[in-house]
Amino acid sequence: MLETLGNLGLGFSVALSPPILMYAFAGCVVGTLVGVLPGVGPLAGISLLLPATFGLDATRAIVMLAGIYYGAMYGGSTTSILMRIPGEAASVMTCIDGYAMARKGRGGAALAISAVGSYVAGTVSVLGLMFLAPPLAEFALRFGPPEYLALLLFGLLVLAYMSAGSMVKSLAMAAFGLLLGMVGIDQMSGYFRFAYGFVELGDGLGVVPVAVGLFGVAEILATAGKATPPAVIRPRLRELLPSRQEWRESAAPIGRGTVLGFAIGILPGSAHIISSFVSYVVEKRLSRHPERFGQGAVAGVAGPESANNSATSGAFVPMLALGVPSGPIPAVMLAAMMVHGVSPGPMLIQQQPELFWGFIASMYVGNVVLLILNLPLVGVFVNILRVPYPYLYPAILVFCILGVYAVNGSVVDVWIMLAMGLLGWVLRKLDFETAPIVLGLVLAPMIELSLRQSLAMSDGRYAIFVQRPISAVLLAMGLGLVLLNLYSFVRRGLDWRARLALADKGEEA
Amino acid sequence: MRTDRASGVVLALLAAAVLEESWRLGLPLGTLATPGPAYMPAVLAGGLLVAGVLVAALSRSTVTLGEAGWSEWRHTVAILATCAFVALGLERLGYRLTMALACAVLLGAVERRRLLPTLLFAAGLAGGTYFVFDTILRVQLPRGPFGF
Repeated sequence: MLETLGNLGLGFSVALSPPILMYAFAGCVVGTLVGVLPGVGPLAGISLLLPATFGLDATRAIVMLAGIYYGAMYGGSTTSILMRIPGEAASVMTCIDGYAMARKGRGGAALAISAVGSYVAGTVSVLGLMFLAPPLAEFALRFGPPEYLALLLFGLLVLAYMSAGSMVKSLAMAAFGLLLGMVGIDQMSGYFRFAYGFVELGDGLGVVPVAVGLFGVAEILATAGKATPPAVIRPRLRELLPSRQEWRESAAPIGRGTVLGFAIGILPGSAHIISSFVSYVVEKRLSRHPERFGQGAVAGVAGPESANNSATSGAFVPMLALGVPSGPIPAVMLAAMMVHGVSPGPMLIQQQPELFWGFIASMYVGNVVLLILNLPLVGVFVNILRVPYPYLYPAILVFCILGVYAVNGSVVDVWIMLAMGLLGWVLRKLDFETAPIVLGLVLAPMIELSLRQSLAMSDGRYAIFVQRPISAVLLAMGLGLVLLNLYSFVRRGLDWRARLALADKGEEA
Repeated sequence: MRTDRASGVVLALLAAAVLEESWRLGLPLGTLATPGPAYMPAVLAGGLLVAGVLVAALSRSTVTLGEAGWSEWRHTVAILATCAFVALGLERLGYRLTMALACAVLLGAVERRRLLPTLLFAAGLAGGTYFVFDTILRVQLPRGPFGF
């Protein structure tokens, strides 16, 4: 404990130095600006700004990129509440009740609750990161290829189980994403797979073009052609403060969202996206007035927003402690750290304590900066959205193309983004979720390597996965989720048969 | 055809195509103890095939493909065509000229905005983003044959 506090002191001495503070502030500002732009989420924001950090030292670069990351998470709530346009996927749940509150003239209150909830969740979850990352790093040493594989599969199953739609459809999308991850040079044999002569595909399909296409471009394709573009609502300063009743209603959801978000954020998966979905479901189940959800329930904003931001910090635990990214954004962060010569994993805390603890301390500072930005400057940020959509979406497209091109300086990535945009648009129409595709793409190389190493270790015996306790427990938990889903599917089928039988009886009578 | 049926069939066909491609490219499957480069794609294609069949078989969708709501397809085609032009022109015409032309087409031809605001917006966005990213942030963006 004392050692942790001492280390945190070292971290604050790094984070509160004027240059680091300036980069954290710049990251938060840029992140928030990026977050309020529909179509350009934290992934595109980090990708855009990544080359700009090449000239910085590792600590400054990582602190700035982290600022962009959680700034964008905050910013996404503004467009969700005011325009029903999620800045990125994690803000989807905020759209429902946040927008309904705004329509009732409580947009300012919704924004304030979202900002305060995010601040509380961000700060508390950093405490969790502080105390959990070092023990997790020690625990990580027990993880071999079979345990990694079980962990990664469990993450995919959690995402599929928690998804709003059918689990089979989500698993199909995850399998498709994993297949996309097979493109490129095979790490173990050096064979080119499914590259069709494109040298650029040697390293595989990039996460950035796929994610920006599936989320950003698909959103534009779906929205730009609508007959009536979404209306803009501008909150007044005096409406920013929530009433006492609204504060009371939001306190418990903020607490639950914080804990839930952090716990889910640690798991591999598009954690912040899942966490906001799960939080919404939990709040609706616990509420005395579930009928208010969808009509402007305060808990429907406070819970998901807190969970979303708490998961942001939670996502850094496996990334920093294990070197395992828990989603596409931490994957880009991981790549950014590697570019700067930092190898996240169990040895990071011992070898570069000033970077690790400086990063933790800068998250506290970042949260304060974000609260200062989000409360009074909401009206300023919203002015970006006063630009009519026919002018706004070409600008967003320019940023999407710019962000994707800038990562590798390759036009092939722009083509991949366009193909994924079209695919994302079609998949929306067919009621498929696209998050599992991105997750599958991110996890594919790790899953393949772990599987092949595990089979090599066991001389081809799959029993290795159930003989080792950690992997057996993780796989059993995954199987439990599948069985739970199967149970609810069968029960729904039985309910349907019972209803049909009752209807038939009624007709006979 | 119902949307779930159609998508299930497409997923199953995609899985079959992956298996066929793995075989056509001559990727070794390997053994259980030493899996080859085709091992994982084959396992995943098998999974996708099963998932595709399940999606089609357990279909709950009541919407047909035609009813899925494709009303904005003209906009979609126009936006994608403009983006394809950007991908083709970016390294041939340069960033500023390509982006300015693409924005002008989107605003003027697709959104039917007035000429002067269209031209000002297109030139401002292309020039402004170039200045911020290339000049200030040093992200190297392509220049065209005319020096810009």
